Amino acid sequence: MTAAIETARLTKRYGRRPALTDCDLSIPRGRVVGLVGPNGAGKSTLLQLACGLLAPTSGTIEVLGARPASGPEQLAKVGFVAQDTPTYARLTVAEHLRLGARLNPGWDAALAARRIEHLGLDPAQPAGKLSGGQRAQLALTLAVAKHPELLILDEPVASLDPLARREFLQNLMEFVADSEASVVLSSHLVADLERICDYLVVLTAARVQLVGEVDELLATHHRLTGDRVDPATLPAGQRPIQASHTERQSTLVVRSTAPVDDPRWTVGRLDLEDLVLAYLTEAATVGRTPVLEAQR
Amino acid sequence: MTWLTWRQFRTQFSAVLAVLAAFALLLLVTRPGLNELYASSGLTTCGDSCGSAADSFLTRVGGGMIGNFYYLGIGGMFALPALLGVFWGAPLVARELETGTHRLVWNQSVTRARWLVVKLLLGGVASMVAAGLITLAVSWWAAPIDTVGMDRMLPHLFANRGLVPVGYAALAFAVGVTAGLLIRRTVPAMAVTLLVVAVVQIAMPFLVRPYLIAPVHQVRAIDTERLEMFGMNAAGEVWLLGKMEEPGAWIISNRTLTPAGEPFAATNPEVCNRENGPRPCLEWIGTLDLRQEVYYQPANRYWPLQLIETTLLFVVAVGLGAFCLWWIRRRLA
Repeated sequence: MTAAIETARLTKRYGRRPALTDCDLSIPRGRVVGLVGPNGAGKSTLLQLACGLLAPTSGTIEVLGARPASGPEQLAKVGFVAQDTPTYARLTVAEHLRLGARLNPGWDAALAARRIEHLGLDPAQPAGKLSGGQRAQLALTLAVAKHPELLILDEPVASLDPLARREFLQNLMEFVADSEASVVLSSHLVADLERICDYLVVLTAARVQLVGEVDELLATHHRLTGDRVDPATLPAGQRPIQASHTERQSTLVVRSTAPVDDPRWTVGRLDLEDLVLAYLTEAATVGRTPVLEAQR
Repeated sequence: MTWLTWRQFRTQFSAVLAVLAAFALLLLVTRPGLNELYASSGLTTCGDSCGSAADSFLTRVGGGMIGNFYYLGIGGMFALPALLGVFWGAPLVARELETGTHRLVWNQSVTRARWLVVKLLLGGVASMVAAGLITLAVSWWAAPIDTVGMDRMLPHLFANRGLVPVGYAALAFAVGVTAGLLIRRTVPAMAVTLLVVAVVQIAMPFLVRPYLIAPVHQVRAIDTERLEMFGMNAAGEVWLLGKMEEPGAWIISNRTLTPAGEPFAATNPEVCNRENGPRPCLEWIGTLDLRQEVYYQPANRYWPLQLIETTLLFVVAVGLGAFCLWWIRRRLA
């Protein structure tokens, strides 16, 4: 079975500014993939390349085994909820559903109607008069009712208030539970993704920093606290990701497939947010990355 | 796709249609006045000698309310392509790009090429039909004036009658769509469309139309008894133009030449002065053996020229449409 998304040396530049550099990814099907990174890291670029809104500058990308947006069949397989969830302001909710029915052969009218009713949206209301959360829900309805094999969401909750955010993610999780579709969703907030994702891609400064199953990533990363050391002196199997030091103490985040049982260290587990932050902080201290928006 | 295109287009469609309908109604209401003027000038009863009746008719048309409507018709017809390009063409893609809705619609199971083709066809056909209908209405209204005036070959009428307005409508619509696609913002695209359409309308009669068919070229002796224009000033400078006896022809150029083929320019204060009056001066000019050189399109080339210009406009419009398709597939990425 082909991968959900497979890229090789995928590069996208806007003018001379790189948005994505030499990205090699192979995301298996059936996962809920979280794409994390600070603003401007290239998340949106990667997702728009995946749905064919953008074309690569160089390198290749294949989605479900074919070039993105290469034809109606390919378009039918991929659902996309764009950033800021655009809808036609003057078209009503019902007209949006009609649009979906007219333009998608696999349209599930019953599902769409059920969702709209469940959300309590008035079908006669123009989309321009909906709240941000309702608009996002409408956009999600359009994307899921076409029965995609891959659902891509670009920062779907970034502009929503906490309540709308929770409702949206709740809805998304229901969709994930009911379907076999693969899902890729991006956010600059790990907290949005923590409960829903089982696969993680971390992107900073136009490059992929980390890819993998969430469980595996959590099992192979450790927080070590102990007397101050130089991270370069760690044994070969332990790769330091991030280090912070006080005068006498060091706190390290290391990646190691084997358990760390060195008595010098107090070993702790990391949660997903700590893990991502370690990678982002590391990238930030190296330089070129925009400062991470850790919490809104 | 057709449903969505129509749903998005119907507001602008209705607005422009309302303006055109109001205009057509105005024509309908004012036409009886024109008929009365035609009859009361004696043109229905003059038989073979209608020269003075025709002059009187045109003078009375020009001096009254009917004349204002006639010029309104000409102005309206010149404005029509720009109107279609600005309000139907420019927003077609620009509004989608501006509001970001292209990211919604391009991710339905319809390729963006097909999406654009449907929009181009629907809008383009609507523009051409609208232009065709309003041209019929204006031509019907102005028929008495056009027949008597015999000036439909001239630039102020040529682009407003017959087939050519349909070509301009297609071109203006295509220019609007292209501008919207390249500029990606509705209002600037509208402004550029207006500008480009106006430039095409101005450039066409000067730079293109005269040469669509090679104009008739004639050089003949000037008859000083039959001059279009003759003038002299206090310094004794003289200028004159020969008359052109080709009813309904479009004269592109009319020059007075010396026997050597140079443009005529002469000063003779001895003979050509105010005290003597024009007669001695004209007699002196008669001895110079001057020539009249004209380039013109005769009246019987009206339909060939209409067909060629319409085809040309249509080809450019289709070319712009093809460019839009290429751009939306390859470059807008």
